[in-house]
Amino acid sequence: MIKNISNLGDSALYCDFGNEVNKSVNSQVIKYFKTIKEKKLKGINNLTPSYNKLIISYDLRQINFNKVKSYIENLDIETSLKFNTKKLEIPVCCHESFSLDVKRLEKILNLTVDKILENFFNKEYFCYMTGFIAGMPFLGDLNENMRAQRLETPRVKVPKGSVGLTEQFANIYTFESPGGWNILGNTPVNVFNSSEENKPTLINPGDTVTFKEITLDQYNNYNE
Amino acid sequence: MSDNYFEIIRPGVNTTFQDKGRDNLYHIGIPFSGVMDNRNYLIANKLVNNNSDTAVIEFAYQGPHVKYYGKKINFAITGDVIFSIKKDNTEIEGKCYESYQIENGNEINIISTNKSVYGYLAFGGELDIKLQWNSCSINTKANIGSNNGKKLDFGQNIKFKKINLNQDVKKINYINTKIENIRVIKGTNFDYFSEEGKKIFYEKEFIVSKLSDRMGMRLEGPKIENIVNTNIKSEGLIKGVIQVPADGNPIIMLSDHGTVGGYPKIAVVASVDYDRLVQISSGSKIKFKEISLSDSETLFKLYEMETLNLLSQI
Repeated sequence: MIKNISNLGDSALYCDFGNEVNKSVNSQVIKYFKTIKEKKLKGINNLTPSYNKLIISYDLRQINFNKVKSYIENLDIETSLKFNTKKLEIPVCCHESFSLDVKRLEKILNLTVDKILENFFNKEYFCYMTGFIAGMPFLGDLNENMRAQRLETPRVKVPKGSVGLTEQFANIYTFESPGGWNILGNTPVNVFNSSEENKPTLINPGDTVTFKEITLDQYNNYNE
Repeated sequence: MSDNYFEIIRPGVNTTFQDKGRDNLYHIGIPFSGVMDNRNYLIANKLVNNNSDTAVIEFAYQGPHVKYYGKKINFAITGDVIFSIKKDNTEIEGKCYESYQIENGNEINIISTNKSVYGYLAFGGELDIKLQWNSCSINTKANIGSNNGKKLDFGQNIKFKKINLNQDVKKINYINTKIENIRVIKGTNFDYFSEEGKKIFYEKEFIVSKLSDRMGMRLEGPKIENIVNTNIKSEGLIKGVIQVPADGNPIIMLSDHGTVGGYPKIAVVASVDYDRLVQISSGSKIKFKEISLSDSETLFKLYEMETLNLLSQI
């Protein structure tokens, strides 16, 4: 449940679900997000769910902080609500031309490449949120021994399709962008497609993802 | 009707099509985008008898040089902009906040903005450009919007879907007020910063860095010390949020910002000051002043009334 509501500037509500990052807190955030989205309150123009926060942006010409706050406080949230989620398998190639930070990971995690890959691929991930750049999924949780900090100096360009790790999360760069995550491999799958306006994102909050290792040959001949 | 078009002889530095932007997409990582300076956008459209949500050409610093082909059409430029109009072999200096009629073969050369960043060129009519999520706004980082999500380029021909029949020329007396003091509301991580850091934030001047763009305005100046944690778990952002990364230099999120971020938020720019904030050019000084939420709401209402009043005079 929401622990505290405050204002983020004069045109957004900052709903705080606590400091913990786990599936159960995040599922609450997603429930609120889906319920509010469904109700389409006039004036609310954006919702940004994240691990344990929900930002509700509104048009200050139409509505204000107090009105949106009381609307949210009086909202009937069906806590047992089940929302539609998918299970997805994403192919990833970890050929040396793609795994830009594997040497760095070996060093900081004190694990061999084989062990890193074994840990990474034998795991089911939960999509906490999408964002930062269009369609980028934030997937958790990595095993304790797989958690590394961001690069000290972020890359100016991370190639499209790169699969990166930071702390307890994995993500996928949906297009070339600056970024500081530790890059382990690359997927040939188009995770974000802006020409599909109704369904641009392949992976959505609440979905379950597993990664499947593919060879460079399979990567090059991949057809969606 | 597609015989009316303009050719881009020189695109300028960062010239894009923009409108009111796109909403309800933060959750998949897509920001509002849209015009940076909303008031100047609305005035530009009104001066050429367009609907208020019609697409315009936004430019930063150096604008485009275009040549028009087709039937008579009106255009207007808003902002603080130096430009010329070339008809046959005579070239005259143009004035902002005034519409002009041009015809086949005439040229508009937007030389530069004057001690400001953004300017707007509106034609009386509708451009034949693609919408994506109900908006033409170009987001060059994500390649979203019209023109394949890319800036306008040399030699492109841009067609009109229709041109306005009402071609009365109009003008308004308006001067952009420039501000150095930006009003802000305390951010959700304000207490992450040391007493000295908070004091610096409100009392010292910062300089707008050259690295600023439609995504964000980077500031340089005295470092703001963080005493709690220089990272937070990534969470949603809105335009105007001022994040302070580990290096202590604030970054203000602008219209094309990333939708989530992991740096502490020291403050958020009051909506009333956003149009004027984006016009502060690189190398200029900026200072922050704290106001309350209720003052911010009232000031924005007044600003909106002033905008509507201006539009009603056109």
